[in-house]
Amino acid sequence: MVRTLLVRGMLAGLLAGLLAALFANLVGEPALDGGIAYEDALAAAAGEAGGEELVSRGVQSTLGLAVGFVIYGVAVGGILALVHAAAQGRIGALSARATVVVVAAVGFVSAVLVPFLKYPANPPASSLDDTIGLRTGLFVILVAVSVGLAAGAAALARRLSVTLGWWNAVLAAAGGYVVLVALVAYLLPPIAETPDDFPATVLYDFRIASLGGHLVLWTTLALVFAALVDRAARPAAVR
Amino acid sequence: MSQAAAEPRPVAVPAPIPLREIAPWALFAGIVLLALLYLVGMDQGATSVFSGQMLHEFVHDGRHLLGFPCH
Repeated sequence: MVRTLLVRGMLAGLLAGLLAALFANLVGEPALDGGIAYEDALAAAAGEAGGEELVSRGVQSTLGLAVGFVIYGVAVGGILALVHAAAQGRIGALSARATVVVVAAVGFVSAVLVPFLKYPANPPASSLDDTIGLRTGLFVILVAVSVGLAAGAAALARRLSVTLGWWNAVLAAAGGYVVLVALVAYLLPPIAETPDDFPATVLYDFRIASLGGHLVLWTTLALVFAALVDRAARPAAVR
Repeated sequence: MSQAAAEPRPVAVPAPIPLREIAPWALFAGIVLLALLYLVGMDQGATSVFSGQMLHEFVHDGRHLLGFPCH
């Protein structure tokens, strides 16, 4: 049963990754190129010759982009399937399909949206090379804390539902999550490295495209996995 | 008609899967899947399991657009 769910989750993730990569190529690449153009202009002004490319821009923006998104989609799809396996039948009177949607929504908000609000995606040349360790560390900490708090909130909602009913239990637990994660995000140090003359439209377009790509990926993943789970849960004799 | 509409529709709630059945899958698949996320999102950046810049350069655009910290 778990194996079936895992395979289907990863399949759904593969499809979601491909679709999101297409979106990222069409919507995200122009902004990404804007960042690279800024980088090249800086290098030209400093009199530096452009370094030799290991991977051409043409490959990076198509095949490399697609491979990156597909691996991400497959990994997230597998993790979603494992969480769904633990959640199904345990979070109220939800069908398998509805459970997938709830788990994916909580996953998107806690693993992507909330970390993005504090440490948003950055186009090339808008952050400092030397601080990659600090930025990666802070990002991982916020994602881990946010997902952990969301899991804790889910467990709390389940416990409170016995006395408060599901509606009030979810409201209370979600409220607790929002307060705690906001406190953690407030206490973590800010990162403000964008150069003063970095084009604002490039930064804005890039961040919207990044969030949009995630939205495409997670929505496709949830809807495809929900359809596959529904087929698995329904005995062939019935229907 | 109104009586038929008022009839509660049963929701097919799936049976919970025993956690001890999920645990080995969560452990092994979970580690492999997290390793994939690390490779696509972070390796050859802050930390490197594989030396060089090939992996970083290949998934460069995906890494930026997926929101992982990059250069």
